[in-house]
Amino acid sequence: MDSYFSILFTEVYKILFLLVPVLVSVAMIVWLDRRVWAFVQKRRGPNVVGPFGLFQSLADALKYIFKEIIIPASSNKLVFVLAPVVTMTLALISWAVIPFGEDFVLADINVGILYLFAVSSLGVYGIIMGGWASNSKYPFLGAIRSAAQMVSYEVSIGVIIINVLLCVGSLNLSDIVMAQQNLWFVIPLFPMFVIFFISALAETNRPPFDLPEAEAELVAGYQTEYSGMMYAMFWLGEYANILLMCAMGSVLFLGGWLSPIDIFPFNAIPGPFWLIFKILFLFILFALVKAIVPRYRYDQLMKLGWKIFLPFSLFYVVLTSSFLLYFDLLPGK
Amino acid sequence: MIAHSVFFYIFSLIAIISAVMVTVSKNTVHSVFFLILDFISISCLFIMIGAEFLGMIMLIVYVGAVAVLFLFVVMMLNVAEQKGQWFSSRWDGGTHIPIGLLVSLIIFFELIIVIGGWKYKPDLLNSLSIKISNEITNTRSIGNVLYTDYILLFQISGMILLVAMIGAIVLTYRERAGVKRQSYVKQISRERDEGVDLVEAERNKGVKIDA
Repeated sequence: MDSYFSILFTEVYKILFLLVPVLVSVAMIVWLDRRVWAFVQKRRGPNVVGPFGLFQSLADALKYIFKEIIIPASSNKLVFVLAPVVTMTLALISWAVIPFGEDFVLADINVGILYLFAVSSLGVYGIIMGGWASNSKYPFLGAIRSAAQMVSYEVSIGVIIINVLLCVGSLNLSDIVMAQQNLWFVIPLFPMFVIFFISALAETNRPPFDLPEAEAELVAGYQTEYSGMMYAMFWLGEYANILLMCAMGSVLFLGGWLSPIDIFPFNAIPGPFWLIFKILFLFILFALVKAIVPRYRYDQLMKLGWKIFLPFSLFYVVLTSSFLLYFDLLPGK
Repeated sequence: MIAHSVFFYIFSLIAIISAVMVTVSKNTVHSVFFLILDFISISCLFIMIGAEFLGMIMLIVYVGAVAVLFLFVVMMLNVAEQKGQWFSSRWDGGTHIPIGLLVSLIIFFELIIVIGGWKYKPDLLNSLSIKISNEITNTRSIGNVLYTDYILLFQISGMILLVAMIGAIVLTYRERAGVKRQSYVKQISRERDEGVDLVEAERNKGVKIDA
């Protein structure tokens, strides 16, 4: 029994070591998002609290903590409280399999990419539960919209993942990164990277696909009835999910912890930093898209997902596999 | 192995309780939530016996897609309206009883087969033509048999699913009159000549344009 406890303690220690930086970076990333957004629109953005306004998110979090939590009388109380918890938990547990370096990963499981995909497909439940349990029209409509949107774009993300897996021959995330030592997948699979990026925007309900919380028509979508810390948990979960999608994109296409070129000044920088740079790069792209592109109409969103992305990525699967087969490049032989 | 069996009992307990709650709970949406919990704990059990690929696929397909559609249907149907019919004390003449009995009989016999199969488990495990080895990951070993020995069954099941999908779409597709559709090609290829019409307007009369 003693060894179980020692394993438990070392694991808990590792988990804390992973989760605390993730949570802190989520807070920082909200600030970065607002700053980039403001920069594009020639505003200042949050610049008062702390140096460059860096502590703005902490101040916001403090405010949320001290606000009253209101649970609507006609809501389904248990599900209502559970929804933000589900969102937050699912956003955090997926970080377990992200490899930050060689042998620098919490859980190096064989089916890492499937785990990521499964957890991100579970993310829809937080939103549906929140929208349904609020027992109010706007949240419900927002939740239904969001669920349909996320399920649709998951399909194309799945097909894109198949493209990458064809080139790797393994479902393990560390193997996926190591397969990109000579060539990052963003070069041969560039169209897939673009589609992955757009699908990730839709999957995380970011603008221009933020229809579930389209404030002009649905108040705030599924979050309408939430207040205080429960709203903050939705909000943290959302940003943790965005960061996770950026991490997934950098592992799948941008070579994870690998340096761009394997020569001295680059490969002296340790792997985790490269991964963080890549995540930040993708995140700034996310933020720029938010500032630049106007919101889609819902039917256009569905059309884009099902009629353009899905057929194209399926076609690319056929292309990739025939290319690999013809030139005898299939892995795992 | 104590921790292993503790986790096994926790997950199977959750699975059984939530399976019971699916049928017992009066709120249909709660039933679907319990069904999801059931799926999740069963996929945990899959992972515990080392079938991590099956567990993950179970999560992706059943929890990520099928259960979402269940939730959709249940939320869209006006369940409160039908509740009166299902749970009222009014006797509806017992028309549902024969079908219910038939279904429960079939399920009962299936359960007997499943439990009876337990007896033959050692024989089955010994007679397996596929050797289970720890060398290769189970994703690879599933792929090895699925695309070689069972390719015909695999393809046929794919065809059946495709037919069912097309059938469902055909059944629900309705051509409605008066629906305005947007065509990007039409919009983009519109020229000035066909878009703008110069009309000589007579003073105080106005112009009549047939759209």
